[in-house]
Amino acid sequence: MRRSIPLVAVALGAALTLTACAGSDPEPEESAAAEETEAADGGALTVWVDETRQAAVEAAAADFEAETGADVELVLKNFDDIRADFLAQVPTGEGPDITVGAHDWLGEMTANGVVAPIELGDLAGDFADVAVEAFTYDGQVYGLPYAIENIAIIRNTALADSTPATWDEMIAKGRAAGTTYPFLVQVDEKGDPYTMYPLQTSFGAPVFAQAEDGSYTSDLALGGETGNAFATWLKAQADAGVLSTSMTYDIAVQAFADGESPYILGGPWMLEQFADLDLAIDPIPSAGGQPAQPFTGVAGFYVNAQSENQVLATDFLTNFMATEEAQIAIYEAGNRPPALTAAAETVSEDPITAGFLAVGEGALPMPSIPEMGSVWSFWGVTEAGIISGSIEPVAGWEKMVTDIQAAIDAS
Amino acid sequence: MSSPHVPQATPTDGAPQSDEAGRDVRVVPPRGGASHARTWSRGFLAKLVLLAVVDALGVYVAMAALAQESYGILWVMVALLVVTNWVYFSRRAVPLKYFLPGLAFLLVYQVFVVGYTGYVAFTNYGDGHNSTKAHAVDALLIQNEQRLEDSATYPLAVVEGGGGLGFAVLDGDEVRVGTADEPLADAPDAVVVDGDITEVPGYEVLSRAQVLERQTEVTALRVPYSDEADAGSVRTQDARNGYLYRSTLVYDEAADTMTDTETGTVYEPNRDGQFEAADGSTLAVGWRVPVGFDNFTTAFGDPRYSTPFFKVLVWTVVFALLSVALTFFVGLFFAVVLNDDRIRFRRVLRSFLILPYAFPAFMSYLLWRGMLNKDYGFVNTVLLGGADLNWLSDPWLAKIAILGVQVWVGFPYMFLICTGALQSIPGDLVEAAKIDGAGRLRLWRSITLPLVLVATAPLLISSFAFNFNNFNIIEMITEGNPRFPDASVPVGSTDILITMVYSVSGLDGGAAKNYGLASALSIVIFVIVATISVISFKRTRSLEEIN
Repeated sequence: MRRSIPLVAVALGAALTLTACAGSDPEPEESAAAEETEAADGGALTVWVDETRQAAVEAAAADFEAETGADVELVLKNFDDIRADFLAQVPTGEGPDITVGAHDWLGEMTANGVVAPIELGDLAGDFADVAVEAFTYDGQVYGLPYAIENIAIIRNTALADSTPATWDEMIAKGRAAGTTYPFLVQVDEKGDPYTMYPLQTSFGAPVFAQAEDGSYTSDLALGGETGNAFATWLKAQADAGVLSTSMTYDIAVQAFADGESPYILGGPWMLEQFADLDLAIDPIPSAGGQPAQPFTGVAGFYVNAQSENQVLATDFLTNFMATEEAQIAIYEAGNRPPALTAAAETVSEDPITAGFLAVGEGALPMPSIPEMGSVWSFWGVTEAGIISGSIEPVAGWEKMVTDIQAAIDAS
Repeated sequence: MSSPHVPQATPTDGAPQSDEAGRDVRVVPPRGGASHARTWSRGFLAKLVLLAVVDALGVYVAMAALAQESYGILWVMVALLVVTNWVYFSRRAVPLKYFLPGLAFLLVYQVFVVGYTGYVAFTNYGDGHNSTKAHAVDALLIQNEQRLEDSATYPLAVVEGGGGLGFAVLDGDEVRVGTADEPLADAPDAVVVDGDITEVPGYEVLSRAQVLERQTEVTALRVPYSDEADAGSVRTQDARNGYLYRSTLVYDEAADTMTDTETGTVYEPNRDGQFEAADGSTLAVGWRVPVGFDNFTTAFGDPRYSTPFFKVLVWTVVFALLSVALTFFVGLFFAVVLNDDRIRFRRVLRSFLILPYAFPAFMSYLLWRGMLNKDYGFVNTVLLGGADLNWLSDPWLAKIAILGVQVWVGFPYMFLICTGALQSIPGDLVEAAKIDGAGRLRLWRSITLPLVLVATAPLLISSFAFNFNNFNIIEMITEGNPRFPDASVPVGSTDILITMVYSVSGLDGGAAKNYGLASALSIVIFVIVATISVISFKRTRSLEEIN
C-alpha cells in the first residue's frame, strides 16, 4: 500500500499538471486556431516601426485591416536597434514580415540575404527617381520608399536676411549678426561625417567614386589632394573657433533655438524644436569652391526574405503605404519630405519643406554598398581628432584612408 | 560596479542542513517511520501544489516550443521536468532537492550562454555569413531572378486545376492560363469582369482568402510564358499583378553548385562558406561555417587587433583594480569617519553619502558626460573656473574622468558594506587591544583593517570581476574614445576589453559585423576573469582560516 503512495503522488501530480494545462495551455492552441481563422480571413502581418512612424503606419494598417480582413501587428522598436536585430532575427524565423529602415542598410541587408525584392511595377514611376534608385541594388528594388531626407542651412530670418554662396562670406555675415556663434554645426567627440559631408564634397572629395550611371563603385575617393585640402580646412576652421568637438547635437540645437546663431547646418528632424522661430531653408555654401552636396537618405520599408506572408506584405506596401494619404501622414509625423511625387508636391506648399526638397535636388544618395559599413567610424573620429587638435590634418587624413582601405580589404 | 552578485549563495548555504536531514531519514527504519515524501502531511500537499505549478509552467513552455518548432528548447524543458519530478518525489536525491533550482538556472542562464558563445567563436558568423547555407541559396536565387526589362504588367488570378496551382493572366485583352509544368496557353472561354478574371474553364479561381492561405506556394510558383526558356516565367508577389522574370543563377542540388546562366560560370562551395568560381570570384551571400581557431589567430596574430588588444588589456586591469581600490578606500574613509561618536547628525550625513547610489547609474553616467564637456560642461566652466581641460578628448584626462565618475557612482556601496563591517567588530576586541597598549595606528592596522577586509574581500573580488566588464560606464561616457592614433581598428584609449569587443563586432554600426571574432575575444575575457576570481577566492579562504 505504502509503495503505491509515490505512484499515486505522481499520478496526482500529473493530473494536476494536466488540469493546470487545461487552464493555461489552451492559449497556444487557441492562438494557433485564431491564426488559422485569421488566415482564412486575410492573414496576419508583423511590422516593425519606430516611434516617429508608428501613428502613420497604424492609420494605414487600420485601412488595410478594414479592407482585407488581415490582422496587422505593429511592434515598436528603437530605430537604432532595428538594423542589427533584423539581421539577427530573420535567419531564426522570428523576424517581422516588414520593417522600416534606411536605404543605406541595403548593401548589408542583401549581402546577408535577409531582404526580398519588391516589384513596384508601374508604381515605380510615381516615386521620385532618387528614392527608387536608392533602394535599387544590382537591378532589383528592395524597399518601398516613404521619405527623402537631406540636410540644408536652416536660417533664423530674424538674424540674417540671406545665406551667402560661400563659406567665408557666410561666417562673416554670421559674425556681423553679433550673436554668440556665427554658425552652428554639431561635431561631438566622435565626429559627424554625415553632417560635414557637404563641406567635404565642396572640396571635391566624395567618399566613393561614382560610375557613369551614378552608382557607387568601391573605390575610395576621399583621399588625395582634395581630401587633404579638406582636412587642412577643418583644422583652420577649428583654430578660428567655428568648429569644436564640444558642440554636440543637443547643445547646437538648443543654442539655435535660443537665437544664439543665425545659421545651423541640419535636417528636418530639428524643426520641431524651432517651432517658435521664423525660419528659411537655404542651400549649403561652398567651402572649397565646388558645389556643396549633402547626402540624401531615403527611408523605406523592407520585406523579410524568409517571410511566409509575402503576398500580404507586398499587398500592404504597394497598395496601402504607397498612397498619397499614407505618405503625407508619415511626413506629418517626421517632417521628412515624402518619396511619393504626388505627396511631395502637395506638401511643397510649405516653404520649409520646399526648401529642403530644393537642396535635395543637388544632393548625392548616401552609398549603400557593403563597403560603406567600414567607413563611418574611422571617418568620424579622424574629423573629430583634426578639429580637437589631437591629429595632424594631412597625415591623419592619409592614415584614415589607408585604414579604411585595409578594413574594406579585410571584410 | 556596485552590485556584485553572489547568486548561488542560498542553495549552498542550505546544503549542509540537507545532508543532515537526509541522514535523519535514513536512521529511521524506512518501513516504520514517516518520510516527508510519503505522508499526506500539509507539507507534502504544499509540495504537490508547488510542483504542479512548476510542471504546468514547464509543460506550457514545452508546448509553446513545440508550436514554434524549437526542438532544442523542447527537449531541454522536457528533461528538466523529468529530472525535477524525479528529484522531488524520490527519497534518494535529498541534496539535489536543494541544489536543483540553482543548477537549472545555472544551466539556462550561464552554461547555455557560455556554450553558445564558445560555438560562435569557432564560426565565421558575421556580415556576409549571417545564416545557414539553405538561406544563402534562397537569397542568392531570389536576388538573381531579374524582371525582364521589356516585361509588361500582367493582371492575374491564381487558379487551381488538375496540374496544381497556376496563373490565369490577362495578356492584352486575352486570358491565358498555365501552371508550373504547362506554359501559358489561351483560354478563350474565360470570363473577365472589370479587368478581374472570374472564371476559367477547367480551373477553379482561388479567392483572396484561399490565396493568402497558400502564400508561400503562390510566391514560389513560376509559370513559363512559352516553350522557349528565354521568354521567362510569370511570377507574382502580391497575387494581383504578374511580371516576366528570368533567373540568371541556377542551383544544382545534386552537385551542390551554382551556375550563372549568362556566363556559364560554375560556382562551388568553398571552405569559407561562400560559392566560389574557378577564378576565385565569389557570390555575395555566404553562410556560417566552422572556421576552427581562425578567430583566435586573428585576435592575437593580426597586428591590427593584437597591438591594441594588449594595450586595452592593461587598461582594463588597471581600471578594474583602481575602481575597486579607490571606491573601497573612499567608502572606508567615510565609514570610519561617520562611525565616530563625536560626529553629529550622523544619520543625515550617511543618507547624503548614499545618494549617488540611489541615483540610477545610467543617468549619472550621462549627466557626467554632459558635465565633462570641454566648453559647456559644469566641471570646466564652474568647478574649475573656466579651465580648458579636454576631459573627453585627451587620453589621460579621459581615463582620469572615467575613474572619477566611477568613484562617485561606486563609493556609496563600499561605504555601506564597510559601515556594516565596522559595526560588527566586537567592542571587547578593541578594548583588549587598548589594554595591551595598542595605539590608534596599531589598532587600525592589526584589528580594524584585517577584520573589515575579511568581511568585504569576497565582495571586493566580485566587484573587481564586475568592473572588468563594466561596459556601461565606458560606453556612456567616452564610447572608448579618444581613438588610439596608431590603431587601424576602431579601438580607443578608454576602451576596456568588453567595449572593444562591442566595437569590433560592429554592433555600434562603426565596422562590419564580426560576431565570430567578438565571441573569441569574449572567451578570452571569460578565461581571464575566471582565473583571477578563482585565485583570489582561494586566497581569501586562507585568509579566513587564519582568523
